[in-house]
This record gives sequence, C-alpha cells and structure tokens, in this order.
Amino acid sequence: MSSITTRETPRGFSVQDYLTCLTGIIWREGLRFLHQRERFVSALVRPLVWLFIFAAGFRQVLGISIIPPYETYILYEVYIAPGLMAMIQLFNGMQSSLSMVYDREMGNMRTLLVSPLPRGFLLFCKLLAGTAVSLLQVYAFLLIAWLWDITPPPQGYLTVLPALILSGLMLGSLGMLISSGIKQLENFAGVMNFVIFPMFFASSALYPLWRVQEGSPYLYYLCEANPFTHAVELIRFALYGQINWISLTVVASCTIVFMVGAILAYDPSRGLARRGPAGGEG
Amino acid sequence: MQAEVSEVMRRSLRRDGAPPPPRAGEVRTARGRRSLLLRAALLMVLATTAAPAHAFIAYVSNEKSNTVSVIDTDSWTVTKTIKVGQRPRGIDFTRDGKFVLVAVGDDDTIQVIDAKTQTVVDSLPSGPDPELFAQDAAGKILYVANENDNTVTVIDLEKRARLGDIQVGVEPEGMTISPDGKTLINTSETTNMAHFIDTASRQIVANVLVDARPRFAEFKHDSSEVWVSSEIGGTVSIIDPRKHEVIGKVTFEIPGLRKEAIQPVGIGMTKDDKTAFIALGPANRIAVVDVATRKVTKYLLVGQRVWHVAFTPDEKYLLTTNGVSNDVSVIDVAAQKVIKTIQVGELPWGVTIAP
Repeated sequence: MSSITTRETPRGFSVQDYLTCLTGIIWREGLRFLHQRERFVSALVRPLVWLFIFAAGFRQVLGISIIPPYETYILYEVYIAPGLMAMIQLFNGMQSSLSMVYDREMGNMRTLLVSPLPRGFLLFCKLLAGTAVSLLQVYAFLLIAWLWDITPPPQGYLTVLPALILSGLMLGSLGMLISSGIKQLENFAGVMNFVIFPMFFASSALYPLWRVQEGSPYLYYLCEANPFTHAVELIRFALYGQINWISLTVVASCTIVFMVGAILAYDPSRGLARRGPAGGEG
Repeated sequence: MQAEVSEVMRRSLRRDGAPPPPRAGEVRTARGRRSLLLRAALLMVLATTAAPAHAFIAYVSNEKSNTVSVIDTDSWTVTKTIKVGQRPRGIDFTRDGKFVLVAVGDDDTIQVIDAKTQTVVDSLPSGPDPELFAQDAAGKILYVANENDNTVTVIDLEKRARLGDIQVGVEPEGMTISPDGKTLINTSETTNMAHFIDTASRQIVANVLVDARPRFAEFKHDSSEVWVSSEIGGTVSIIDPRKHEVIGKVTFEIPGLRKEAIQPVGIGMTKDDKTAFIALGPANRIAVVDVATRKVTKYLLVGQRVWHVAFTPDEKYLLTTNGVSNDVSVIDVAAQKVIKTIQVGELPWGVTIAP
C-alpha cells in the first residue's frame, strides 16, 4: 500500500499503477476476510441454515412444478440454492458497505483516499474486492450444497461465474451507495430492515413468482421490479448454462446506475464530504 | 386396404420367425470379426468427431386422451399424436419393430399402429378390457391380460386369430414371458397372485401369493428370478421361477413420505441384470435398485404418479410415464439422473421404444 500512498505523480498513471492499486485493495479485503474467520463461518452458516432448516420445513417431497431453466421436477432445496447464492452476495455487499462505514470511523479510509488514483477507480477496486470475497463464499456454499445433492451440471459451475461477478458488483455498488448515507455503524440494523429483508423476501429467491402472483398481483409486480429478483434469476439460469436476457439487462443497468451513484456520492465535492465531518477524512 | 396391411404385417412377422441376424458383437466368422473391427473403428471415429445420440422413437399411450404420443429421443419432443381407440394402456413394439401394438381397453381390442406411417392399420381380437400383453421370443404369439374377464387371451399374430383363453385370477394385469418362452407369468390384481403358465399346455402350473395388488412382472434376463411389483403392498416380490417361491422382497422408504404413497408398478431391468428401475406411482419417484443386494441405492424424482418405464435400446435413457402430471421423464441411466420431462397427452400410461 505504501507504494500507492507515496506516489506523487498527479496524472498519467500507467496500467501498472492501476494494477498495483487493484491488487492492493483486493489483497487487503481478502486478508481482512480471512482474518475474520467468524465472518466466513457466519457468511456460510446463514445460507446453510436456510438450506437445511427452512428448506426442510418447506420441502415439497413430491417435487415442484417445472419452470425454466429447469427441465424436470426439482426439490425445493434445488430451487432455493440460486436464491441463497444471491443472498450470500447481498449480505456480502451490505457488509462491505458496513466496512466502509467502519473504515471511515476508524480512519483506515484515509489511507486509501490519499492514493493519487481517481476516486472512482478506488471505489471500483473496492467493489471488485468485495465481489471476489463473495465468490469465495458462494463457491464454498456450492460445495456444501453439492454434498446435499444439489448438483447442477458440471459446466454450470463455470457459466455461473460471470453472472456472480455481475450480481456481486450490482449488490456491492448498491451497498456502497447506501453506505454513503450511513454515518454510524449502528445504522446497519436499519439497512437490514429496510434493504436486505425486503429485497430478499420480495424476490424469486424463496418461491417462484407465479406463486406470488396467485397471492397478490401487486406484490408480483413489486417482485418483478426488484433488481434482486433479476440477480437471482441471472444466477439461476447461468447455473444451468443459460442466459436470462431480461435479468442480464436489468442487472447490468442497475450495476451501472448504482455504481455511478456511489461514485457521485463519494465524490468529496458533492456527496459525503458535503454532509459534514462525520467521516472525518473529507 | 386393411387386409393388405395385415398381409404385410403377417409376412413381416413370419420373416421375424427365422433366427435373428447376428448383432454387433455376435460375430461368427473371422471375416465377420475383421469387419466388426472396422466398423468399431469407424464408430469410434464417428463418436469422437460428432457424437449425436442415436435417435429412437418412443410411443406413449395416453389413457385419458385416447391418443398415442410419438417422441423423438434426439430432440426429446413429441413429433406426432396418433388418435387411437378408447383407454389405451399396454403398449409394445412387435419384435421386428414394424408395428406398435396398443391395448385399447374400452374398445375391447388391441390396435396395430404401423410404425412407418404412424397410423392405426389393424386390430387384434382380445378379450374384454385388455390391459397388458406379452409376446413370445419369436414374436408370433401374443398373450393378453383381459382385466374384466379374468382371462388371458392367446392370439396368433400371424393369422390374427384368437387361439384360446386361459382362466386366471381376478383382474389380471402384469404379463411377462420367460426368455426361453416356456413360462408365461400373469399377475392378478385382486387375487394377489402370480400365475405361472406353461405356454405349451396353456395350463397354470403354479400360483405364488404376493403382496396386495400385483401390477407388473419382469423376468431377469438370465431367467433366474421374476420380479413382481405390488402396488398396495408397497413391495416387489422376487420369485424363484423353478421353485415357485418368493425368495426375497424389495422394500422402499422415502423420508418425508407416508408408506401408502409408495406404490411400485413398472419395472425396468438393465440387460446385465445389475440394476432395476422401479416406478413408485404417487411417490413420484423411480427407485434405483441394486439387483444383487435387492436394496434401493437411489430415488429419482420424476413427474406425478409414475407408472411404467422403458429403456432406449442402447440403455442410455429410461423413459417414465407420469400419469397425473401428463408428462414423460427421461433418466440418464449411467448418471442415474433425471434430465428432462416432456409434456404428452392426458394420463400417460405405458411406453415402448422402437428396437
């Protein structure tokens, strides 16, 4: 990191500089993740609780009806696996945003922000780092799910990767956008209540949307408009080697909107800094 | 027209009476062996370059819509729906693969579908309410279980003539014939018996009591055992065909499912007699059974009320008819995985695949 912080060339950075910055941030994020073993365990336990307990309660032993991308009858645990993968990424995205608040409170962010590289790039690196961490969690979950007889086609493990990266970026940038508005760590409970839970439950993660439609058409439209639904469906289709174009468009557009929003929010001349000295590093 | 067709059918069946030509692997001369090697090499080259699975044609009888769905096993789509008589159930190809026989219970007959034109061309004289039937190895004699008549009708396929009836138990259904053609087995649903019938004398030689509502019987290819599924009893009884004794039973248990929902019906056994696939009716599952240990190794989730099964001739796939969900599931036999489910007509009952 020191190489980044001591550089004084104000412009004309080489690709090498950008790469150093990127690897530095990813490395730090990775180290932080690995050092927080509890975080890794809890990141894994959360979806597993859903898989082993919730799915057991809702298990339709006689199979649920066929909807794309599935080509035959599946059990409930097979259905919710992509939803849980997206949930891992949702929590991870929010946790990364939490860590931004933490960094700001602890002053670590200052180290990052003295880097002469463009702030937008720094944020993007931070996002990529968060996504990389979520990928580790998702693949660990997939491994355990495989032992639980949730066995997508072998090539699915590869085809799901781009979908996971995109959805990770979308959820991460959403978290970043939200974090720009949070001044204290304690406010994270609000994020749980107002962002994570509504996004997760009003989506196709736990139940097919045709079921929601039977219950309430309005809720169905809400679920359809929820970008998290599209992250889930993008992952679900990719896991079975297919592309859901609508979901891909929605997720890609949302990623761009959230990312631009986050960059603007973290721009010292517009967002965070203008809100006052709470962060302390403005 | 009908007479002409039945003449063609008769001729083709007669031809089939001759010993079958050697298949790949049954080569009898050195020249044959060389050509086989060549062919094998060619096949390998073909397999490594483009490897499309050999397409077979499957016929599925739809009990409620009175149709037969034709499925192409390459594209896994229904390519044609053939209108047949009322309540089609038992369905099988003739040994030469030229015709499909389908028992249309409410019309009290067996209809004959020409596999080439995929139209009904003829009918055979069964007793009332035919359900399942079995052919002898040569494909000359057809034995039909008439559910409402407690009889098995014997039909000469060449002459299309009824040769006689054999009195059996109440509600006869399951039919299988030993590989040597000497023993016919019929199961009667209400009498709960497997009747062993000597095909030469057409007399019952033994009755073996099995669990309630025996639906289907299947010989092991080495003739050493007969497997009989009991729908209500929830078991498959394994009978020694020489001693006429039940020598073992396959039982099923699916966590989270009450025992009554497990109703074994159709049985498919691989040619090497190592693995049996048993349809478990409203349990919506196919049990994969290790034949040697008689234990279930896996349950595969398919559509609702799975009834009968059929292998593709290369034994790569197993097709299952799912009555209530109106579809056919495809199982990859080697991977023991359900890969696809295809919508067919209403209440699919039986399935047969072109040899």
